[in-house]
Amino acid sequence: MDASEEPLPPVIYTMENKPIVTCAGDQNLFTSVYPTLSQQLPREPMEWRRSYGRAPKMIHLESNFVQFKEELLPKEGNKALLTFPFLHIYWTECCDTEVYKATVKDDLTKWQNVLKAHSSVDWLIVIVENDAKKKNKTNILPRTSIVDKIRNDFCNKQSDRCVVLSDPLKDSSRTQESWNAFLTKLRTLLLMSFTKNLGKFEDDMRTLREKRTEPGWSFCEYFMVQEELAFVFEMLQQFEDALVQYDELDALFSQYVVNFGAGDGANWLTFFCQPVKSWNGLILRKPIDMEKRESIQRREATLLDLRSYLFSRQCTLLLFLQRPWEVAQRALELLHNCVQELKLLEVSVPPGALDCWVFLSCLEVLQRIEGCCDRAQIDSNIAHTVGLWSYATEKLKSLGYLCGLVSEKGPNSEDLNRTVDLLAGLGAERPETANTAQSPYKKLKEALSSVEAFEKHYLDLSHATIEMYTSIGRIRSAKFVGKDLAEFYMRKKAPQKAEIYLQGALKNYLAEGWALPITHTRKQLAECQKHLGQIENYLQTSSLLASDHHLTEEERKHFCQEILDFASQPSDNPGHKIVLPMQSFAQLRDLHFDPSNAVVHVGGVLCIEITMYSQMPVPVHVEQIVVNVHFSIEKNSYRKTAEWLTKHKTSNGIINFPPETAPFPVSQNSLPALELYEMFERSPSDNSLNTTGIICRNVHMLLRRQESSSSLEMPSGVALEEGAHVLRCSHVTLEPGANQITFRTQAKEPGTYTLRQLCASVGSVWFVLPHIYPIVQYDVYSQEPQLHVEPLAVQRTSGPKCAGISPCQQASSQPCSGVLQFCSDPVYWSWCQMSQDSLLAGIPQKVKFTVTTGHYTIKNGDSLQLSNAEAMLILCQAESRAMVYSNTREQSSDAALRIQSSDKVTSISLPVAPAYHVIEFELEVLSLPSAPALGGESDMLGMAEPHRKHKDKQKTGHCMVTTDHKVSIDCPWSIYSTVIALTFSVPFRTTHALLSSGTRKYVQVCVQNLSELDFQLSDSYLVDTSDSTDLQLVPLNTQSQQPIYSKQSVFFVWELKWTEEPPPSLHCRFSVGFSPASEEQLSISLKPYTYEFKVENFFTLYNVKAEIFPPSGMEYCRTGSLCSLEVLITRLSDLLEVDKDEALTESDEHFSTKLMYEVVDNSSNWAVCGKSCGVISMPVAARATHRVHMEVMPLFAGYLPLPDVRLFKYLPHHSAHSSQLDADSWIENDSLSVDKHGDDQPDSSSLKSRGSVHSACSSEHKGLPMPRLQALPAGQVFNSSSGTQVLVIPSQDDHVLEVSVT
Amino acid sequence: MAVCIEVIAKENYPFYIRSTPTENELKFHCMVHTSLDVVDEKISAMAKALVDQRELYQDLLYPTEDYKVYGYLTNSKVKFVMVVDSSNTALRDNEIRSMFRKLHNSYMDVVQPLLQPGGLHPVQGL
Repeated sequence: MDASEEPLPPVIYTMENKPIVTCAGDQNLFTSVYPTLSQQLPREPMEWRRSYGRAPKMIHLESNFVQFKEELLPKEGNKALLTFPFLHIYWTECCDTEVYKATVKDDLTKWQNVLKAHSSVDWLIVIVENDAKKKNKTNILPRTSIVDKIRNDFCNKQSDRCVVLSDPLKDSSRTQESWNAFLTKLRTLLLMSFTKNLGKFEDDMRTLREKRTEPGWSFCEYFMVQEELAFVFEMLQQFEDALVQYDELDALFSQYVVNFGAGDGANWLTFFCQPVKSWNGLILRKPIDMEKRESIQRREATLLDLRSYLFSRQCTLLLFLQRPWEVAQRALELLHNCVQELKLLEVSVPPGALDCWVFLSCLEVLQRIEGCCDRAQIDSNIAHTVGLWSYATEKLKSLGYLCGLVSEKGPNSEDLNRTVDLLAGLGAERPETANTAQSPYKKLKEALSSVEAFEKHYLDLSHATIEMYTSIGRIRSAKFVGKDLAEFYMRKKAPQKAEIYLQGALKNYLAEGWALPITHTRKQLAECQKHLGQIENYLQTSSLLASDHHLTEEERKHFCQEILDFASQPSDNPGHKIVLPMQSFAQLRDLHFDPSNAVVHVGGVLCIEITMYSQMPVPVHVEQIVVNVHFSIEKNSYRKTAEWLTKHKTSNGIINFPPETAPFPVSQNSLPALELYEMFERSPSDNSLNTTGIICRNVHMLLRRQESSSSLEMPSGVALEEGAHVLRCSHVTLEPGANQITFRTQAKEPGTYTLRQLCASVGSVWFVLPHIYPIVQYDVYSQEPQLHVEPLAVQRTSGPKCAGISPCQQASSQPCSGVLQFCSDPVYWSWCQMSQDSLLAGIPQKVKFTVTTGHYTIKNGDSLQLSNAEAMLILCQAESRAMVYSNTREQSSDAALRIQSSDKVTSISLPVAPAYHVIEFELEVLSLPSAPALGGESDMLGMAEPHRKHKDKQKTGHCMVTTDHKVSIDCPWSIYSTVIALTFSVPFRTTHALLSSGTRKYVQVCVQNLSELDFQLSDSYLVDTSDSTDLQLVPLNTQSQQPIYSKQSVFFVWELKWTEEPPPSLHCRFSVGFSPASEEQLSISLKPYTYEFKVENFFTLYNVKAEIFPPSGMEYCRTGSLCSLEVLITRLSDLLEVDKDEALTESDEHFSTKLMYEVVDNSSNWAVCGKSCGVISMPVAARATHRVHMEVMPLFAGYLPLPDVRLFKYLPHHSAHSSQLDADSWIENDSLSVDKHGDDQPDSSSLKSRGSVHSACSSEHKGLPMPRLQALPAGQVFNSSSGTQVLVIPSQDDHVLEVSVT
Repeated sequence: MAVCIEVIAKENYPFYIRSTPTENELKFHCMVHTSLDVVDEKISAMAKALVDQRELYQDLLYPTEDYKVYGYLTNSKVKFVMVVDSSNTALRDNEIRSMFRKLHNSYMDVVQPLLQPGGLHPVQGL
């Protein structure tokens, strides 16, 4: 645009600009329709189709209607768009052909020619029709003719360039219609014109841009051209398009700068490289900064001017577009960019000038945004603006430092000169802001005016920034600004104000483990604390810094020296301690116990060796290293015995400590994992569970305050424990790195000692490790001398050697023996369950003696005095030796044992042993088998079923008979005697039985081995103790030696023979020699095993024979048919002693007795018909016979055993004296009858009847005269038909097969 | 070339830091640390939007006068932060993206064998 060539009508660059439309023709007519036109035109939007594929837009059109003048038409090459007339309208209301021909046509022609001359094709002819006029003039042609004429004359092929507007001022539907058509036409033509003209403009502009590589091309010129387009878009309210124009200009310029930096310089760019002389910041309060625009136009603008102007335009458009936050964002980018561009272009900038420019610009942008937004909007968009605040703060800070406003003394003359220069560059305040109190200009000027004002402004800004950052959760940023602020306060010698910011920043960095910022902040903090005189904090920070590998060696040494210097200062308060956490000073790496199980007896020596890793850069002399120990007495004294402790602590004695601070701190959400352990507290006496629970072992790590976990700077968290028990190591020099320190302690009180704290003192400085974790404990125990006597496990032969396994063995469980533990303390003794065989009687058994010396020292001559038990021998062996162990079983020696036996006392002299040792030796003892109780009479019962009886017995009793031998022992350490009971089990159980065959009698002895051992039996004897010469016992056993395996039985049988009348009872003694099968030779001869028993009434008196015959005429018995049962009872002897009882009656020198028979079929094979029992009078004479007939019916077919026939003695009711006399036998009878009840199934009618007899029998005790039944002893009745069977065939019509399924 | 590259754990502690002018290390650390504010904001915005994060590149986080700080966020919320000299105009968005992608690949090569099952959380201290 050639501004200088012709005076343009002043263009007002505001939103009031509208596209120009000229009006020619009848001005009065136009004036009359103008109000309606200008009102109606923008009412309806019109779609604007764009070129170059740009999206179509709906647009509300407005126009500035001006009178047509030739001057308005642009000349060739004119690039002004704002003054460009987009449409030319000719107005006429001519309806008279004459008038038309006379004036209008000429006028139109002239108008058209002018337009043609300027090659303007955007025109329109409007013919306004008026009905009123028509009526007045009668000779008028039809309206169409004029329109046609005009179209014909002017609108060559462009008939749409002529429109008719009918009665525009009337209010009729026709008028409305006409207006609408006209307006549509007008809008369409306007848009067509825009498209065409703007398109052409853009093309020209692009052509111009393409020439940018040509020499002489001017960016400023191009700028003006493209801005013209932007203005038009703005005029059309297409702000987006307008913004695009500026953005393109921005990008183009940026690219040039970048290219310049790359060495591809454009000539025109050198204009922008002039030294910066003015830095008055952005101006955003005017829509267009004409001043700057003109300077661009004149090509005098500096880079900052261009950027400022460009940004102000962008800002204006963005605000039109309601995007204030983009302004803020773009502003920050712009400011950064400008700084970079100036650097890139190597523009000379006075120091501080850019800071001023940036500061002013930031505030200007912020104020501009604040000016167009309400408070709530601003508050919710802090994230967008805070960057500018922060940038402004930063810039003000650097200005402050530059102008000497931060130093303590205030600015010097150089600083003042600089300040004056800077203020000069600001120039005078612009009129727009002159009245604003808080304008950026005023603020900057004031801030640079004095130290106090600067401080005020800087603090205001900093606090505002911190607050804003905090409010939007940008804590890191807030802390970072705070750190700057702290630096400022430190400069201003206000460390008390700086501290909080430094702590805040440090905490923030610590929480996320940023090592370098941590180190730096700590360094600042150390200085701050030093100024504040916070000695403890300073020393602590110093210790952290001294161990900080991010510092140089020199720095570390400095901080270490600070601590050492302080420590060596003579303190005015000698007792005063400065307690610091140990961690930064040194770290506990591992700990090693000697003895390794960390258990030591009272008086014993315990060594603890720790490895401390010194973090200090120089060797540090430590006066003492102290471990505070917590002592607790365990209630459970058993747990303190050497036995328990050695059993339960099998660690190697080395405890490793995890490094306390991992290289990355544990963040809040990843706390250390819970270390949970199950805890069982058992009862000391029987090992039963008392309590159970869960223990968390790292509570102190989990439950500490969150703050202290991230900030290790708080010394208040470390408390020095004062305990009575300490381990101490004095005068140690800790070299940098690992150091071994050994603590040695003599154990005193028994209990558990827990290492709690580790302290190292350097002068008055104490470094404390408040918790030693994992928990480290050692135990000190005191033990009373104890004597344990326990059987040594019997060496078992490996299982039964025979193939058959008796059911007994399967049922047997491992025998358990309870062993009493005795110690000298008579109150204290406990059972200890031991799963091992007990001692066996009869053979030599080993017993283990364990003497735990505890605190007692065994002196020469100390001995155990055992009072001998009668039936237990202590077998002395010549070469007995005792083993002596230390409590930990580490060392051992053996010594000879002297055993001296006298009648009453066996004395064992103990070898000399120091305290807390164990003496072990073995003794052989032999329990003499005492005569067992007489074999129970009951074993003899039930001659008929001896096997069953035997089996029952086995079932119930497979436990060995035991005998306890009590031995009283005098121990040298106690005045009390201790009594120990040794339990011996008899390995055998013996039963006997009487067997009959008619009148021949046999005695069977069954020996059952209940033990786990195999034995060899030899020399079995059965002797009659009553020594009746008449009786002979003939052994039927062939072998003299016989093995008896574990859990197996051996039977021995003797036949009884006599010549005269046999004795009513027989006393026998069975004896058999035995020895363990495994041992070849025993040192001593063993006593045989004996068993005594008595057999009574063994002589057979009656023979019972039963026979069943088929019904007469039949060959076989059939089911369901009655058969006859014949029972023959024969007396086998004459009157004997045993017959002499109440049932015996004498008449005519003939004796007879009363017997009751009973037929019982337990297996329900037979139904006894009629009487099943009866009483007979039996003559007591040999071969006296009684015959009984009965009817029985077989219920099943097959070979059926005969029903049982039983005989009882039928006793008349008691006379008074006999009942007393025979009281014992009554009891026996009673028990028998009960027994009988138990054996028999009460399933037959016969049994019931007998039951009644029994009840009668029992009631007889009360004196009622009732007869009684007495079973005949098994030996007296021989059933000769037992075992016989009868063939029963099924009845012929019995075809029913019964199958029952259960 | 970037002047500083950091790999930062999900919990915001630094895994790996490398910067070329070592004298300015502290400045870079602080800068990167501060830029985590913006990353956090982006993460929480993503969480609020409940959209699957597809774009790992987080754009310019924190422009300063002299440096530009770019961010990149892996699916396991490990952050890569790159500091670029502002004057280095050769580095456009695409270059930055491809640098991040390369960094991510290298990181995965190193860390993959150390990933703990059950969580995409690399072993501490790496």
